[in-house]
Amino acid sequence: MDFSYSPKEEAFRKEIKDWLAENMKELPRWWFDPNVLGPDLDSPEMHQFNLWWHKKLYNAGFVGINWPKEYGGRGATLLEQVVFSEELAKHRAPGPTNGLGIGWCGPTIMSYGTEEQKKRFLPKILTAEEIWCQGFSEPEAGSDLANIKTRAVDQGDHYIVNGQKVWTSGGHYSDWAVLMVRTDPNAPKHRGITYLLLDMHAPGVTVRPLRQMTGHSEFNEVFLDNVKISKSLQVGETNRGWYIAMGTLEFERSGIGATVMRENVVKDLIKLAREMKRNGEPLSKDPVIRQKIAQFYIDVNVLKYTGFRALTGQLRGERPGPETLVGNLFGVELNQRLQDFAMHLQGPYSRLVRGSKYAIEHGDWQYRFLRSRGNTIETGTSEIKRNLIAERGLGLPRSGR
Amino acid sequence: MDFGLTEEQEMLKTSARDFLEKECPRAHIRAMMENELGYSSDLWKKMADLGWLGLVFPEEYGGAGMRFRDLTILCEEMGRVLLPSPFMSTVLLGGMALLTAGTEEQKKEFLPRIASGDAIFTLAVLEEDGDFWPEGIQLKAVSRGDEYVINGTKSFVWDAKAADYILCAARTKRTANPEEGITLFIVDAKEWGVYASPLKNMDLLRKQFEVTFTNVPVPNKNIVGELHQGWPVLQQVALKAAAALCAEMVGGGEKVLEITVSYAKERIAFGVPIGSFQVIKHKCADMFGALEYARSLMEWAALSVDEDASNAAVAVSMAKAYCGDAYKKVCDEGIQIHGGIGFTWDHDMHLYFKRARSADTAFGDGNYHRELIAQSLG
Repeated sequence: MDFSYSPKEEAFRKEIKDWLAENMKELPRWWFDPNVLGPDLDSPEMHQFNLWWHKKLYNAGFVGINWPKEYGGRGATLLEQVVFSEELAKHRAPGPTNGLGIGWCGPTIMSYGTEEQKKRFLPKILTAEEIWCQGFSEPEAGSDLANIKTRAVDQGDHYIVNGQKVWTSGGHYSDWAVLMVRTDPNAPKHRGITYLLLDMHAPGVTVRPLRQMTGHSEFNEVFLDNVKISKSLQVGETNRGWYIAMGTLEFERSGIGATVMRENVVKDLIKLAREMKRNGEPLSKDPVIRQKIAQFYIDVNVLKYTGFRALTGQLRGERPGPETLVGNLFGVELNQRLQDFAMHLQGPYSRLVRGSKYAIEHGDWQYRFLRSRGNTIETGTSEIKRNLIAERGLGLPRSGR
Repeated sequence: MDFGLTEEQEMLKTSARDFLEKECPRAHIRAMMENELGYSSDLWKKMADLGWLGLVFPEEYGGAGMRFRDLTILCEEMGRVLLPSPFMSTVLLGGMALLTAGTEEQKKEFLPRIASGDAIFTLAVLEEDGDFWPEGIQLKAVSRGDEYVINGTKSFVWDAKAADYILCAARTKRTANPEEGITLFIVDAKEWGVYASPLKNMDLLRKQFEVTFTNVPVPNKNIVGELHQGWPVLQQVALKAAAALCAEMVGGGEKVLEITVSYAKERIAFGVPIGSFQVIKHKCADMFGALEYARSLMEWAALSVDEDASNAAVAVSMAKAYCGDAYKKVCDEGIQIHGGIGFTWDHDMHLYFKRARSADTAFGDGNYHRELIAQSLG
């Protein structure tokens, strides 16, 4: 066992640290100081801020760290990607934008796309000149994703697509989408799906933002009405789209960046527990609160070392096993518990949200608390993940749900 | 960066598993439940021959010179089969204390005998109040020339009947600081005045005793570590024992999961295997998750102890709290998924269930360790 990083990775870490020390000075005050009100999350100002910071990261060579150089990446190792995520989170710096494009759509095109598609799309994903979203879920295809109904009819050199997508995160400012469509309605449902790339600005595409329980609009409904998609935008073989969507990809599996972010939340909770008082005593002296905070501290270390185990497997070239899934499941459920506990610490102040001058840290905690309820639904519900762990990891029989 | 077992460690694991599956079948466990000593001397000898008893002792003391992390691999395998043996008492408690704080003469005298299987040790720390705090140590040792005389009662002592030597924590001085004035003695268990009476135990595979010491003389040369300075040694021993218990718990928990999953695949209800019901799948997935998380912390803790890392104490506290909770949860669900059969004496599930309880409360339960963690956070 060896927890250390090589000199090459440590040199890269130093480069990141130096860069952050210099460039984080340019971040607006609201980024550092929770008591200064920043732009609202779904505002155009916030989108501009994300693009501005992304460009700086990109110019410094910190976007697409383990992407090949020919597509605009750094061509560095997986571990260097891990080091970057770790440092970014440790410094509490903003990350790159276009996460879905960089983490999901790009790697899919890289693995299954044509040379022409790679040249056309990959560089602009990294620069965030083109923002990507994902058109998978539908009103009748959530957990049962293979049940999609959006129909693509073969017209020779193109398809005509009709249907509806839903929960499309970032759809309202995206330029392109990865899309699953039904091309063979008579085949078994997993075998009649094709993977296409959709121009979100094409005629017949209508995007309608949905409002979430946080009050914000991050995701959308997307309506497709006789949308023409050229066959040059098909990824992989016809009717093999399901396997392409499921086959993705060489992600960084450890989630180390996310782990450090959770660790930051625990630190913030400790600070909160010291500041909040009940009956004249800081909450950090309450034995029950101490037990809970200690448990959270244990939990972030569970996440960390489960991440290291997943990373070890990946570095040894093993296929992703159920330990990747349990790590992910633990992470999202932990975030819900952390945010819920923050509300508990705040007592009556937990009721105050952004806009109240008495809200703690302008209601950021309240936003995160409400947003965390989505964590166990997005990217597959926790129930679906448990099914996968039981069936793929433990070999229990597949069955009707 | 590599957080996994080496090839040699994988081999150790495989050979330990094969050996224990063969040597410690169900019938052996059932026999040992009824046995007062709680172990088989034949099997103990075989373990000595394999080099297990001296695994981490330096070669000059008859050991194999391997690392603590290697030792935890054995503990994991022993936990899987609930091996009834004084291994934990002898190697982790006695051997580790001598290795950590013993004099050269003590190491030369005892470690080779432990390694060869000729000396069984145990540790007597806890008393009436049952907690691992310095305040709890009240049993008195009084100086009388070139020896001390011990009087008092220890409780929750593992394997005392099997032991040839009892490492006894005694109060030799009273000061305002309870950590001061505790001394560790090697007591010959065959000494007249040492009496071990069995405690009626829930976990029948790890025997516990109350041990009374009546005017027991111990030569000064049998003091382990400094006079009055036994507490830090005990903390070191407890740290290693807790890390080893974590390995034992993860091993046991994984076996419970295997038994339960295979039952869920075979047991038919409403015409289908119960493992096809989502409610059973989710329980199994959670058991699997809990064990994966426990393993992550256990391996980290074992490695921290192995490397004597500065954060070893916090790492072990985290692992001990988590593994205890995980093992209990896995056994709770294991019994539930088995239904009535899991509630019977004949099924092995209750043996794991009871071990989970006895291991969780040994060397600090979850609440104890979480409070230590809270203190470390300031």
